[in-house]
Amino acid sequence: MNVSIILFILLIGALATFLSGNKSASKVALFFSLVALGCTSVLVNQYLNGANISLNNPWILQPNVSFALNADGLALALVLLTVSLTPIIIFSGFGNKFENSKNFYALVLFMAFAMTGTFLASDGFLYYIFWELSLIPIYFIALVWGNGDAEERKKAVVKFFIYTLAGSLFMLVAFAYLYSKAGSFLVSDLTKLNLTATEQTWIFFAFFFAYAIKIPIIPFHTWQAKVYQKAPTIGTMLLSGIMLKMGLYSVIRWQLPIAPLAAKTYMPTLIGLSIAGVIYGSIVALRQKDLKKLLAYSSLAHVGLIAAGCYTVTAAGLSGAVSQMIAHGFVIVGLFFAAEVIFRRFGTYKIDEMGGIRSQATKFTSMFMILVLASVALPGTFNFIGEFTVLYSLSQVNIWFAVLGGTTIILGAYYMLKMFQNVMLGETNTKVFADVTTNETIVFVIIIAFLIFYGLYPKPIVDLVNPSIVEILKQINR
Amino acid sequence: MITLIAITALGVFCLIAEIFNLRKALVPITVLGLLGVLGSTLHLYSFGELSSNYDNMIVADKFATAFSSLFILLTIFLVIMSHDVYKEHQTKISDFIAIKVFLLAGAIAMVSFTNLSMFFLGIETLSISLYVLAGSSRLSIKSNEAGMKYFLLGSFASGIILFGICLIYGAMGSFDIAEISNRSLSAELPIWFPIGVVLVVIGMFFKIAAVPFHFWAPDVYEGAPSLVTATMSTLAKVVAFATLYKLVVALNLHLSFDNQDLLTSFQLIVIIISIASMTVGNIMALRQNNVKRMLAFSGISHAGFMLMALLGMADSSTSILYYAAAYALAGMAAFSVIIYITKDKDNEDIINFNGLGKTNPILAAVLTAALLSMAGIPIFAGFLAKFMLFTQAIKAGFLVVVIAGVVNSIISVGYYFKLILAMYTKEPTEEKRPTPIVYYIVGVTSIIINIIIGLYPSLVTNLLR
Repeated sequence: MNVSIILFILLIGALATFLSGNKSASKVALFFSLVALGCTSVLVNQYLNGANISLNNPWILQPNVSFALNADGLALALVLLTVSLTPIIIFSGFGNKFENSKNFYALVLFMAFAMTGTFLASDGFLYYIFWELSLIPIYFIALVWGNGDAEERKKAVVKFFIYTLAGSLFMLVAFAYLYSKAGSFLVSDLTKLNLTATEQTWIFFAFFFAYAIKIPIIPFHTWQAKVYQKAPTIGTMLLSGIMLKMGLYSVIRWQLPIAPLAAKTYMPTLIGLSIAGVIYGSIVALRQKDLKKLLAYSSLAHVGLIAAGCYTVTAAGLSGAVSQMIAHGFVIVGLFFAAEVIFRRFGTYKIDEMGGIRSQATKFTSMFMILVLASVALPGTFNFIGEFTVLYSLSQVNIWFAVLGGTTIILGAYYMLKMFQNVMLGETNTKVFADVTTNETIVFVIIIAFLIFYGLYPKPIVDLVNPSIVEILKQINR
Repeated sequence: MITLIAITALGVFCLIAEIFNLRKALVPITVLGLLGVLGSTLHLYSFGELSSNYDNMIVADKFATAFSSLFILLTIFLVIMSHDVYKEHQTKISDFIAIKVFLLAGAIAMVSFTNLSMFFLGIETLSISLYVLAGSSRLSIKSNEAGMKYFLLGSFASGIILFGICLIYGAMGSFDIAEISNRSLSAELPIWFPIGVVLVVIGMFFKIAAVPFHFWAPDVYEGAPSLVTATMSTLAKVVAFATLYKLVVALNLHLSFDNQDLLTSFQLIVIIISIASMTVGNIMALRQNNVKRMLAFSGISHAGFMLMALLGMADSSTSILYYAAAYALAGMAAFSVIIYITKDKDNEDIINFNGLGKTNPILAAVLTAALLSMAGIPIFAGFLAKFMLFTQAIKAGFLVVVIAGVVNSIISVGYYFKLILAMYTKEPTEEKRPTPIVYYIVGVTSIIINIIIGLYPSLVTNLLR
């Protein structure tokens, strides 16, 4: 058994969902995403027992492309993130009615398929195909099922598409160049190339362009907030929970090992940009009046810190970044789901029109509170481990980076708690707020249980990821 | 060779069919006939024999057979759509289909020539068929204008090509391209040989509508009946490009007579025209509201992309064949939808596509896929096609063109998406109406072929190996 089966299940799932009809689409999609999760767990177990679950088949002869899926601990961790968030995200949609839901859920599964492929592919060409492929479903999800004014939504989504496509095309040129040198797209061959410093710089920035837009790192973030706001919440969860991790993962998997010299030369600039994103995101988040936009900017801040961790090119930085990717994936999905829960009752994302929810919905309030605290990295949650490791790695590079990056904890706590105060507390709202339903509770409980369990016992994840990080660092420091 | 004879015979049959009152059966018979020809072409191909005929006028080598197969396939699609397009004009259907088949004969002569006079015969057969077709909507003033414009400008280009051929003959004393190729490698060349070459190449640039010889394209595309526009933008375009490539190889322009200056100036010209075509085509396409005009400009930019292949000549015939197939199949799929949508309309504005995602999801999906392929998004063949060109240009050391190509790919998304947005975000302006099955057949088949060769490019690239 090898990892291609996960891709296969997700793809078949997307097809089955499409054919299943609007009534049962969500259930079929949930079923297939759970099968994928089950399969992945089995595969991870096999991997931990030392089985080889990678795959390398020749695919196209000219140009020389192979269908190569490399499942090391790092890739598997991200695949696990994808396949465990997908059922949660699909299940969270059970409370919504979508027009043409068969198309909708088929696209969600198709996107999970493309993202899983991106994490697994170890052939640059294959990787690029999956990378681009993941853009098409989210484009349609946001465009067709999004909320708000159609014209504005269109603008936001098209801007997003063109931005990301522009970035990836530069990556494509970098791959074309690398291919002309190596005659192969396999990452193992590309890292063996002896590129000069100039070549590395060009390639590094071609990659950087693609990833900085996807992650996003300022000043390439301008597409983000609008799209998060306008997309349906399920789309926002896919984007923030999984898709932007594609960029961060690719930094570790492709950018750093292929152009390590450039990475080291420009390290201060890159970390500086990332941390500027942290501070900028936090400050802008303070002033947001729209809950989804606020969460978008908080995401920008957190992701900036993860990017900074990646660009330290140290073991601690990389492993902290991976932990934080997973933690952020879960917590941001939970927070966006909370926003959706409020929207289902109040029909608005405007913070001004909320308030006074606590007295009416105690269960919801406490679960939301835990998520807010996890998002500001309270010790005991998984987010704390990731954030702390990243800050530690930054302090190894330069203490001031750690100090500036650390502001995320203070500023983050400030805007998140202020948001919580405005949304949940205050005088009782005139509108009725029914407490969470069973389905909604299940989503929250799974997410919170995950964050707290691994917050107290992070060893399984760290053990899964760290050997691959060591391997990658070896390639980087070759 | 058998291909060319069979196709001409089929064309004559189409003309005669009218006398025997076979109009109803004409489309199926022609399609079957073409499928038979396609089969026999591929069959002969698999023997891999080189057959040269008529005093070395025409040769069926791998290049010619591979491209011929593509042209036959495209013609089959066009003929299938004729079934619905000419439903109201039963009296003319045999003429129009016969002209399309003759056009195919011209196309095949153009890629199989080994003699410049054969090349000119082919180009004239193709062009004259197209002039007639462009003006074929007799009562429409726009179609008349298109036919006239195309005829005037096209015959100028043919004249220039002919003049070029004369000069080449004067310099070399032969029409045979093998001989010309041999002699062009000698050190001493009369000055009118390069002049002749330049004239021929300019004529071909006109035929592929590369900037600055592109002015006819938007007007003619817009004015001609949609099915004819489909013919021009898919079949005629790739025919002209394949021929240009064959000429450039035959005349050794890529080696350029052991003369470094000539080589660099040839490359410089190609670079400039390629970048100009991409940029002008894309930027003008952004501003169009008429879909046929938009695709005309998009075709101009695609010509720019294909010109990139003339830079890294080593094995670029594969990438040209692949690009041509990807582009033409996507174009065919797009036009199957466009022809259906604009059938009874007096214009082809984007507004007609509003809400197609709701009224006819299958055709909307076909058009979306076609546009994504043209924009170069994986898994469609358009992506790999662009990638092959980019890799080759980088290998040959022309990073500038590649960067221009990338920037242009981004711009192109802007107008391709205008159509997609109209289909999926606007409310439909009209009721759902019945869709003739032929459009589904053509659209879905060509997109499926497009995706298959996108996933298994070896199916196409192996044809030339």
